[in-house]
Amino acid sequence: MRKMCLQMVHELARHDERVVFMGSDLGHGTLAEMQSELPDRFYMEGISEMNLVGMAAGLAMEGAVVYANTIATFLTRRSFEQVAMDVCHANLPVRLIGNGGGLVYAPLGPTHEATEDLAIMRALPNMTIVAPADAEEMRQFMRVSVDHDGPIYIRLAKGYDPVVTDPEAPFEIGRAVSLREGADAVIVTTGIGPRIALEAAKRLAQRGIDAGVLHLPTVKPLDLDALEARIAAVPVVVSVEEHSLIGGLGSAVAEFIAEAGFTTPKHFRRIGLPDAYPTRYGSQASQLEDFGVTAERVEATVAELCGSARTVAGLGTMQRKGDGKWQSRMISSHPSTQGQRGTALPG
Amino acid sequence: MTKRPPEEVLQRKRGAEAESLRRAAEELRLAVIEMINRAGLGHYSSTFSAAEILTVLYRHTLRLKPSDPAWPDRDRFLLGKGHIAVGLWPLLAELGFFPTHWLEAFGKKGARLQDHPDMHSAPGIDFSSGSLGHNLSVGVGMAIAARLQKKDHRIFVMLGDGELHEGQVWEAAMSAPHFDLGNLVAIVDANGSCASGETSSIMNIEPVAGRFEAFGWRTVEIDGHDVSAIVRAFDGLPDPTDVRPTCIVARTLKGKGVSFMEAEPRKWHVGFLGTADRARAIDEIKERL
Repeated sequence: MRKMCLQMVHELARHDERVVFMGSDLGHGTLAEMQSELPDRFYMEGISEMNLVGMAAGLAMEGAVVYANTIATFLTRRSFEQVAMDVCHANLPVRLIGNGGGLVYAPLGPTHEATEDLAIMRALPNMTIVAPADAEEMRQFMRVSVDHDGPIYIRLAKGYDPVVTDPEAPFEIGRAVSLREGADAVIVTTGIGPRIALEAAKRLAQRGIDAGVLHLPTVKPLDLDALEARIAAVPVVVSVEEHSLIGGLGSAVAEFIAEAGFTTPKHFRRIGLPDAYPTRYGSQASQLEDFGVTAERVEATVAELCGSARTVAGLGTMQRKGDGKWQSRMISSHPSTQGQRGTALPG
Repeated sequence: MTKRPPEEVLQRKRGAEAESLRRAAEELRLAVIEMINRAGLGHYSSTFSAAEILTVLYRHTLRLKPSDPAWPDRDRFLLGKGHIAVGLWPLLAELGFFPTHWLEAFGKKGARLQDHPDMHSAPGIDFSSGSLGHNLSVGVGMAIAARLQKKDHRIFVMLGDGELHEGQVWEAAMSAPHFDLGNLVAIVDANGSCASGETSSIMNIEPVAGRFEAFGWRTVEIDGHDVSAIVRAFDGLPDPTDVRPTCIVARTLKGKGVSFMEAEPRKWHVGFLGTADRARAIDEIKERL
């Protein structure tokens, strides 16, 4: 997917002289062809992401459409204020391409795991957020990305993900894609989620539960019309995402359900990453499994909700205790480091 | 202050005399006192340290077209130390970027002119600022864009010396010579002071010129209140096609021009002059007109 995204930057740059690429010390050979063919519009900035984002804003002020690329955590966490003020407040056509959305870089540890990037970017006015499911959807999205007004955060998945979208379907920013219809439940998802959701829907079908899948590659602005139509028709809604339960797609959908005024009750659960830093070494796949972002879990959750009249317990950041009261759940991923912090400085 | 026909392109090196520039800077101080008085609060002393530099830029150096603030060939000016925007507003109004009556609304609810420059609300602002350390990077991007478009305008970025504490400034300082941006000019208003104390005691950033030089910049050190020296520094800038960016280190006094502010510059970083102090300040400045 990353390869497709960058190839498309080169392709777009060939046909549109506004297109400029900026990377921050990306690996050897990144867009080498573009660098030799269009050296004036290829900048490999150093390891200074704040400067990268500021420079991108400066170029965009002068009419460039800048595709700025580095690891997602460094764009969203380290350069947050530059993204907020220089890109979003200025409302400029800067496309922030974040490598390794979610747990892609899991073996590299929490510094590289972009598990709250959607939440961070969602909070910024003017920001559009796109998380394609596969390389083909990325290709279609990139075609329409140039002329979009304002900034876009593009969340990259691992790459070589199986293609689940229609390679011929044109991408429309802000438009959801129905991957499966279903009368009993709808699974809403984004990024690499469709694969999990479709697998869950298949298993559910074998159990006689007809679950649809609605893919929201644009996390902001959400396709509220599509959400309303799909959610209105079913009693059960489950979101699945490779992102913290706080602030991502599940949160956005929850906000919508809470305020949309559906006339029939909706049983809703979010499946995603807990409010915790991953502690165990492992691959993206093993971490997703550890955190329960799996087809099995989606299947079980949809089945449970379809079979019961009310939700009895949250699975994520909140939980109903034995006494019936709710408790905000902080999963303690690390023991307190107090014992490691040393003693007071000598006075 | 004379009104210019707004459709006119204001060319570089407009040939303003030193004495008229000196007086214009003092008039700017008076206008700032007046505006802050109406608003109720403002940054006096760090605006006064930059009065001469801002005056020379807008009355002599920058190529501008007030009738068309987005004119592609204009020189860009980014005010990194955005908290002194109050010093920009009278200059922009005088050049016709917006009506002078906007000045009277400064600090009032709904005003277009604010404490920090906001490009969405004030014509003539090339980029918003307020959070320190951002604008030199933005200037680097604009300078690269000028190169791509084969244009000869310059990008000026004014920074405070306290602003140099921000790490991002040095990321940008590293990148400007790397990208051969002789069309970029950094001006450091080196008033030796940040909000809580002398810059050297809070976090030393000297030698400023030596540090920029080590990063590959051409540097010029001047008395930032000597309008002739400022004019010489700007007039002597290399051609925009040059490969080395220039950093002008302007040695200034925080609170310059009002003796009791010069004596206690931090007290007047953000403040409000009472009636008696205001009269004293105005009298002092008027004596030099």
